[in-house]
Amino acid sequence: VSPPSAHAALEAAYRTDRRRVRATLIRLLGGFDAADEALHDAFAAAAEQWPRVGVPENPYAWLVSAGHYKTIDRWRCQARLEAALPELALLAEVSVEQDLTETIEDDELRLIFICCHPALPPDARIALCLREVCGLTTEEIARAYLVPAPTIAQRIVRAKARIRDAAIPYEVPPPHALPARLDSVLQVVYLIFNEGYAATQGPDLMREALCEQAIRLGRLLVQLVHEPDVLGLLALMLLHRSRRAARVDAAGDLVLLEQQDRSAWDHEPIAEARGLIDRAFASRRVGTYVLQAAIAAVHAEAPTFAETDWARIVALYDDLLRADASPVVALNRAVAVSMQHGPAVGLASVEAVLAQGGLDTYALAHTARADMQRRLGLVEPARASYRAAIEMTQQPAERRLLQARLAQLGPA
Amino acid sequence: MRYACLIYYNPKVLFDQSPASQSVLAQCAGHDDVLKASGHFVSAEALELPESAMTVQVRDGKMSTVDGPFIETKEMLGGFIVIDALDLNEAVRIAAGIPQARLGSVEVRPVVDFSGAPPIL
Repeated sequence: VSPPSAHAALEAAYRTDRRRVRATLIRLLGGFDAADEALHDAFAAAAEQWPRVGVPENPYAWLVSAGHYKTIDRWRCQARLEAALPELALLAEVSVEQDLTETIEDDELRLIFICCHPALPPDARIALCLREVCGLTTEEIARAYLVPAPTIAQRIVRAKARIRDAAIPYEVPPPHALPARLDSVLQVVYLIFNEGYAATQGPDLMREALCEQAIRLGRLLVQLVHEPDVLGLLALMLLHRSRRAARVDAAGDLVLLEQQDRSAWDHEPIAEARGLIDRAFASRRVGTYVLQAAIAAVHAEAPTFAETDWARIVALYDDLLRADASPVVALNRAVAVSMQHGPAVGLASVEAVLAQGGLDTYALAHTARADMQRRLGLVEPARASYRAAIEMTQQPAERRLLQARLAQLGPA
Repeated sequence: MRYACLIYYNPKVLFDQSPASQSVLAQCAGHDDVLKASGHFVSAEALELPESAMTVQVRDGKMSTVDGPFIETKEMLGGFIVIDALDLNEAVRIAAGIPQARLGSVEVRPVVDFSGAPPIL
């Protein structure tokens, strides 16, 4: 093998295998820091050896075993030999070559589960997941979340210390623990997506990168975990993103679903999402993400706003309420009811939801009430509701939208 | 990205001849090579003690100099290592391997990339 092709092979391995090599090294060496050092050593060894002795048949396996043995060597050389002896004995027992290819996917999945472990605070889970699974740098995560880089760096350092000190095992949870642990994983992925999606202000591409990373994670999970809600989450994210171009106008203002130009929706992900939702429903174990995706799909497949199948949407919200009896879901159901049966029935449903409490500081509840009051000609109550909503809204584009609605009611 | 690891220590601790400080000093000698082998090394210098320093100021076109600073504070800047790292977390991990971190402290500072806009304070 000539040196230029060794160089190309090394670059290709760095691009495609680095994450998986690292995930396996974390398992073999039992920690992030040791794995990072070993990864570095492995690529340094490859840069030195591949041009001389040729590119190995399986670069992944070669890099894993190089990193593994370099680490054992290093630990032997170091003065902390005595302290490391039990670890060393353990390492020597692990045969790297054994069924490596079969465990690659498991290693990636283990990494996701450890990064999203419920023992870690939610913001630490997000930062850890973006850095360790998605491969974003600390600085990129900081830019996306509009916080100083040392804040993110600290979260990651503390999370790793916590994983080490609490001896959180690097493993895919056993079947009985899987649903609860998977919930945490899906929640982290959806939070990452929403952080990128909800930001309509500012042209910073890092925010959009968050959506892409969340969808990438969703696709990875679909390959690794065969649970309907995993399909549902990916479908939900694809459906939201399919409306991206129509969601904000040239001035950067939000465009509501009703006014969006449906020809600007991206139909390929909508079709893909439909396939995922059908697969999830076929399993007959339908969870909250599947139901949310199914609702979004009804909207996505309606040729016009007026032709939306509201009865189907209300029925899906009924199912969702049974799975997740939250006031926000009840509010969304009430809005769908108003579309199906008119604003008077809708307003009664919204008032009933509000009366149950829990939504007093939720701007969208007041917006929904205001819209129905406006449609019913209840000008003064509508005005008060819009004002309440504006007071609770920080996002500039959303505020502008509400102020425009308020102004349409005429002078007070 | 490049990061400067500014190494602070108390000379009375680092040069107290104890086994702990002897071990740190012994490892310092070879640490540049460790960083070179891993590909993180850019440059490094150790600094003489502040007694041999001069502080310069120019005000209204006039230069003034003073000796020192002298060792009054507990920790002082004793040297720096510039490293190339993937991100702040990798830089912190590498800085944690600097032997003096065990007796003093290492401040990790990103090196300015002048392609960006200056900070607004």
